[in-house]
Amino acid sequence: MMEPINAFVVLSNFVLIPALAYGSQIALGALGITLIFGILRFAHFAHGDIMAFGTGIVILTTWGLQAQGIGFGPLPTALLALPVGIAVTILYLLAVDRTVYRFYRRVKAKPMIFVMAALGVMFVTNGITRLIMGPGERRFDDGERFIITVRDFREWTGLAEGLALRSSQVLTIVVALLAMVLLFWFLNRTRAGKSMRAYSDNEDLALLSGINPERVVVITWAITGTLVVLAGTLYGLDKSYRPFTYFQLLLPFFAAAIVGGLGNPMGAIVGGYVVAFAEMGITYAWRRVVSYLMPEGMEPTGLMQILPVDYKFAVTFGILVIVLIFRPTGIFRGRTL
Amino acid sequence: MSEHALAPSPEAVLIGENMTGGYGGADILHSCTIAVEKGEIAVIVGPNGAGKSTAMKAVFGMLKLREGQVRLSGEDITSLTPQARVRKGMGFVPQTANIFPSMTVEENLEMGAFIRDDNFKDTMGQVYDLFPILRDKRRQAAGELSGGQRQQVAVGRALMTKPSVLMLDEPTAGVSPIVMDELFDRIIEIARTGISILMVEQNARQALGIADKGYVMVQGRNRYTDTGEALLADPEVRKSFLGG
Repeated sequence: MMEPINAFVVLSNFVLIPALAYGSQIALGALGITLIFGILRFAHFAHGDIMAFGTGIVILTTWGLQAQGIGFGPLPTALLALPVGIAVTILYLLAVDRTVYRFYRRVKAKPMIFVMAALGVMFVTNGITRLIMGPGERRFDDGERFIITVRDFREWTGLAEGLALRSSQVLTIVVALLAMVLLFWFLNRTRAGKSMRAYSDNEDLALLSGINPERVVVITWAITGTLVVLAGTLYGLDKSYRPFTYFQLLLPFFAAAIVGGLGNPMGAIVGGYVVAFAEMGITYAWRRVVSYLMPEGMEPTGLMQILPVDYKFAVTFGILVIVLIFRPTGIFRGRTL
Repeated sequence: MSEHALAPSPEAVLIGENMTGGYGGADILHSCTIAVEKGEIAVIVGPNGAGKSTAMKAVFGMLKLREGQVRLSGEDITSLTPQARVRKGMGFVPQTANIFPSMTVEENLEMGAFIRDDNFKDTMGQVYDLFPILRDKRRQAAGELSGGQRQQVAVGRALMTKPSVLMLDEPTAGVSPIVMDELFDRIIEIARTGISILMVEQNARQALGIADKGYVMVQGRNRYTDTGEALLADPEVRKSFLGG
């Protein structure tokens, strides 16, 4: 009788909860990609490195606060440093827009030229981040590590399997949910948000209606900067911070945005969770879960792992290819690249 | 029927006078004159490629004029951008891509009123009274509506700025004859409220039927200008442009 419950606990501990947290982080990043694609109409390849840059600022500020003995009780100090990181990132993005993208907007450059410009911004940002933070791994998490530990869980429930709930996971899910609710409120209820959607829908008609495109662009960068620093900080708290890892997250970000439907915010969120659950599910060794569910004597002997963890990006890439072949507009019928 | 049979009166709400120009290369318009009086309907008709839409775009400032002048209520607006002309009281409904498809009907109207800082609920109510179907569908995405309903959204959006002149570029393109009659009825209703209408139409016979003034254009020039009724009665116009 306890077998299915144990199976579910193992599954939650190793797949469901981590994938929910990882999916939230990807969703936040993919939202930025999809907003920029919908409004500025290009694939923002600098996204991962902007995330590394912004999170770097958060880490430096966190260290500064920690050095002065300022903490946030059981919560990570990084939360206090977030506003600084977000503000600096937004200023950086606006400066980049002024110096690089605005010119190409004015000459109505083709999307491919925008993408090349974004690649250039990516390399420069990457260099800046490495100059400030170095290429290595940086830790900045503090505060209470666990909400529920494996041992506590076992003692409370008397189950054979344990479940750990890390505070960074809960924090990620709560913050991401809050950010998404706020974003949707902004896009659907405020004048500025509606003008962004109008601009994304029909640029010429938006101009004709008196919507100022430069203002829409500034708001878009500000939202993107906020989301990407949130994503990076939560990822860093949940896992670890390394500029190269952050650059690599570009693939799941784009995969999530495209799977959901480019230009559609709801799609980016759903896509984020699809990618996260697929990565986790396909690279997880299912033996323990299956052992609990199979009758006695029929337990599997192998690991029941479809792909090793090292191949998780291959999973994402596979999803991306499948979606682009069979449904290029994504789940929510967005635009095609 | 000679050229400029009915010279525009000086108090015309909107007048594009002796417009000559094109999209950069060769001239498309050659000394073309289009005018609308207050509360009247003016229709531009003519064969394909005659420069009908171009003439309307020229009036709206979407192409550069080499010669000629555009005046709105006596004020020279030749050098203003289309956006500035909207603020001066011109409403424009493009032929295609004239709605925000993913936004609801109500949001489309709100975006039409974007430049207004005052309360626009009254104007929205008037638009809903004019197009009752839009009130029922106000929470629905405009892109999900039928062709005729989308045109109503497009016209409604342009009306939200309370324009003195409403310009329509082929409003009945691609809609059924029944919907076309319905749309023309609504356009007459709009004109009765004192808004001048300037429209380009492919369905020349029906459009001239409701027009106070008609402009027949050929190769970027005014060919015939008269009341809609007179043009419909003119055997030469009938033979050459209305199919007998």
